[in-house]
Amino acid sequence: MKWDWSAVSDFMPHFWDGLLVTLQALALGSVISFVLGLVWALLMRTPSRWVRWPVGVVTEFVRNTPLLVQLFFLFYVLPEWDITFSALTTGVVAIGLHYSTYTMQVYRAGIEGVPAGQWEAATALSLPRARTWTAVILPQAVRRVVPALGNYVISMLKDTPLLMAITVLDMLGEARLYSQQHFQFTEPLTVIGVAFILISYPASLLLRALERRLVR
Amino acid sequence: MTSGLWELVLKGVWVTVQLLFFSVLLAGAVSFVVGIARTHRLWIVRFLAGFYTEVFRGTSALIMIFWVYFVLPLAFGWQLVPMWAGTLALGLTYGAYGSEIVRGALNAVDPAQREGGVALSFTPWQRMRLILLPQAIPEMIPPFCNLLIELLKGTALVSIMGMGDLAFSGNLVRLALQESAEIYTYILLVYFVIAFLLTRVMRGLERQLKAGVAGGGAS
Repeated sequence: MKWDWSAVSDFMPHFWDGLLVTLQALALGSVISFVLGLVWALLMRTPSRWVRWPVGVVTEFVRNTPLLVQLFFLFYVLPEWDITFSALTTGVVAIGLHYSTYTMQVYRAGIEGVPAGQWEAATALSLPRARTWTAVILPQAVRRVVPALGNYVISMLKDTPLLMAITVLDMLGEARLYSQQHFQFTEPLTVIGVAFILISYPASLLLRALERRLVR
Repeated sequence: MTSGLWELVLKGVWVTVQLLFFSVLLAGAVSFVVGIARTHRLWIVRFLAGFYTEVFRGTSALIMIFWVYFVLPLAFGWQLVPMWAGTLALGLTYGAYGSEIVRGALNAVDPAQREGGVALSFTPWQRMRLILLPQAIPEMIPPFCNLLIELLKGTALVSIMGMGDLAFSGNLVRLALQESAEIYTYILLVYFVIAFLLTRVMRGLERQLKAGVAGGGAS
């Protein structure tokens, strides 16, 4: 195998551009998935079956179908309905929506893990429903679910290369473009593979440490 | 949709099912070999298995597909057909996740069971085969069911290298019909139905295995 260091240095400016796009997509996708996941989880706790049932069906459907096809759906279908976003925005929305169905489960487990006594204490203090959620239940539930949410951020990071399929020049998009232009696949693909490990492995160690700290 | 286009979609379903089948076989084998290696008493075996797991879990499955499909031919002259390139990339990637499931289930077996095997002078392989695995396997089924669904969704990734799977066929039909909403809804529904069926099969298997373990314990 021939390894060309000059190709690595030649690719690096493209790599930094791609990394910036990847991190942007990751940050925005994470925010959408965290907020939307909480909304789904709260809707799933409403007494009305007419709310719970459609939310359950939609989230189950989104969770059990490939993110790549969902990306294609949003990228090609939305313009047909005269809704136009940039490719990056479409990708961010798709990632956020897809992962919100996973974070929903995390929030549900977190909320169910809050001891029943906390609900009873809030009732005994005559706290209004909204105040019970914001001041008593959610702060405890969110604290429990932070490590699990972090794991999904790492999963989202590993799914950002899919954005390349809808023309976003993320890390993999930049690597593919460079490879096709220079016919050098080994170096750019290896560089981004190593970059993913260098980001995700320390992040998972950090999460484990955080989990230990929160559990203590 | 014309019958020719339906045929294309059905062919895509068949390619996806084939790819899923071969990837599951490879991922299952890798999961057991690496998972068992991670509980081995020799540190070097544990280290190598752990290194493999971290590398494959740390990168994206799509990057692995690109690597196997584009880099291996250039580096080693191994030009794999798309089906085998997809199988290799998906099997190795999801096998790394599966190895964590196997390791977790093996570690969850009561240590006294292992000690019992030692007291009976079983070899390490006999302890694994006769004592640890039969107790660990029922615990592995639910997480393996999730992994199977993830693997099914992962098969869509091979469409990017032009393999005629379901997602790729969907793109071809979209280009032919210029009708995106309808075709992608069909494609998503097909994936959902396959995922639903797989979940049902795995739940049935889990019930049978648990009943088998309970029945064995009672006799």
